[in-house]
Amino acid sequence: MKAPVIEFRHAGKVFDDGTHAVEDVSFQVGPEEIVAIVGPSGCGKSTLLRMASELSPATSGEVECSHERLGYVFQDATLLPWRNVQRNVELFGELRGTPKEERARQAQEVIDLVGLKGFERHYPKALSGGMKMRVSLARSLTMKPPLFLFDEPFGALDEITRERLNDELLKLFAIEDFAAIFITHSVNEAVYLSNRVLVMSPRPGRLIGEFNVPFDFPRSAELRFEPDFARLSGEISHALRSELT
Amino acid sequence: MSIEARREAGLDPTRSDAGTVNGPGPEKPARRSRVAGLMSTVAPPLVVFIAFIAFWYAVSYLFLEETQRFLLPPPHEVFIVSFLDTVNLTEILNALFSTTQVALVGLAIAIVIGVSFAVLMSLGKWVERSLYPYAVILQTVPILAIVPLIGFWFDFNFRSRVIVCVIIALFPIITNTLFGLQSVDQQMHDLFTLHKASRWTRLLKLQLPHALPAIFAGFRISAGLSVIGAIVGDFFFRQGEPGIGRLLDVYRAGLQSEQLFAALFFSSLLGLGVFWFFGLIGHLLTRHWRDTAGQQV
Repeated sequence: MKAPVIEFRHAGKVFDDGTHAVEDVSFQVGPEEIVAIVGPSGCGKSTLLRMASELSPATSGEVECSHERLGYVFQDATLLPWRNVQRNVELFGELRGTPKEERARQAQEVIDLVGLKGFERHYPKALSGGMKMRVSLARSLTMKPPLFLFDEPFGALDEITRERLNDELLKLFAIEDFAAIFITHSVNEAVYLSNRVLVMSPRPGRLIGEFNVPFDFPRSAELRFEPDFARLSGEISHALRSELT
Repeated sequence: MSIEARREAGLDPTRSDAGTVNGPGPEKPARRSRVAGLMSTVAPPLVVFIAFIAFWYAVSYLFLEETQRFLLPPPHEVFIVSFLDTVNLTEILNALFSTTQVALVGLAIAIVIGVSFAVLMSLGKWVERSLYPYAVILQTVPILAIVPLIGFWFDFNFRSRVIVCVIIALFPIITNTLFGLQSVDQQMHDLFTLHKASRWTRLLKLQLPHALPAIFAGFRISAGLSVIGAIVGDFFFRQGEPGIGRLLDVYRAGLQSEQLFAALFFSSLLGLGVFWFFGLIGHLLTRHWRDTAGQQV
């Protein structure tokens, strides 16, 4: 087996105010693997990603991960409103000192990839929520990250847009080779997108369940209505609920 | 990755939610509604203006005796004496020009100092903690109380008038700029942290652009204040070219109420002009990216 792109070893996080956010979490993600993490709100899912990216490092145990070129997509698109789509997508290259022509070329490529061709000169205020999310995704894609961290990226979108973006994300996985940790509170979304689903307990967050998702890629939208899909989703929901009572 | 591969993967922009652009599109049925819109913005203040003039006439002719009418001469007399009489008009406009110079120089200096201080304060909490109380004191000290002191120190000339302007105009620029620089979302900061942006890059590419609307709101308030500062300075410092403040005092002493009203009118116009000018510049600089629906210039 190839070396994992990220590995949590008994990682924990206690905030300065004494809150135990995450406790003794161990798991790894292999190359091109997609791991979804579900859990009740406030269970420290997002904290896991902040630990992985060292925005807020683990206070116990360790997280091993290359921090060069880490893709990180927040729940909000976090676009700079004073920059148009093209210049937003070029931001990371700019911060990393990529030469101008190279940046423009990269941006063009990923803008095509996420289906935003023709919108390069639009400002964020003129885009829908779904389109802003695509720009956010495209911005991270310019770095060709080996690992993506998704922090409930489609949580604020309506269901139709969300399902469509799920499908497009799967296509991106197929085209670009990256691994991902996908945080969500939707069990269906977790099963649909991932190779593996991890279930977290309420705070302090611990891993309390691990489910392999056996469905082959490419997956089609119809998968959501298969009995096997429903059964697996049901088991995961059950694991989630058992911890809440 | 080739275009074919993308097409195969079905990442086709035409079937995306591209149709949901809700940008600056729906301005088509403009003509009529624009006229209506203009009416709805112009009509209410116009009605107030007419009512005000009517009230003015009423006070002049109905409440004041002939001998007292100098207290509030009717509008048309003010107009005739000060606008149509070129000697008076020239005197007022010259004074206005001198005051404008003081106000603009003062404002420019206040902008440079104010923005620099705000940037410094945004760089470190301890800088803010050390300087902010003094900025507040600067604001709360009665300006009339320190004007004589400034006169002692810096003489009673142009320089002193500018200093008064700077003192009075500084605070709104500092607070608004600081507020703008500090009100950037934490997630945005995280984004820049992830890509190891330096303090300087963060300031230039994130904080300053984000603060631009707030900065201009501050400039706008300070522009009005700097005109007040220039007039107050004029009033006290009686060397050099007379400004409108000194003229006001001269007219008051000579009971020249028509001229007094005209001078008042022009100095208000100046304040309004600079206020509006900075509002416009701020609007022009940020309108392409801000959601400015319903915002007035």
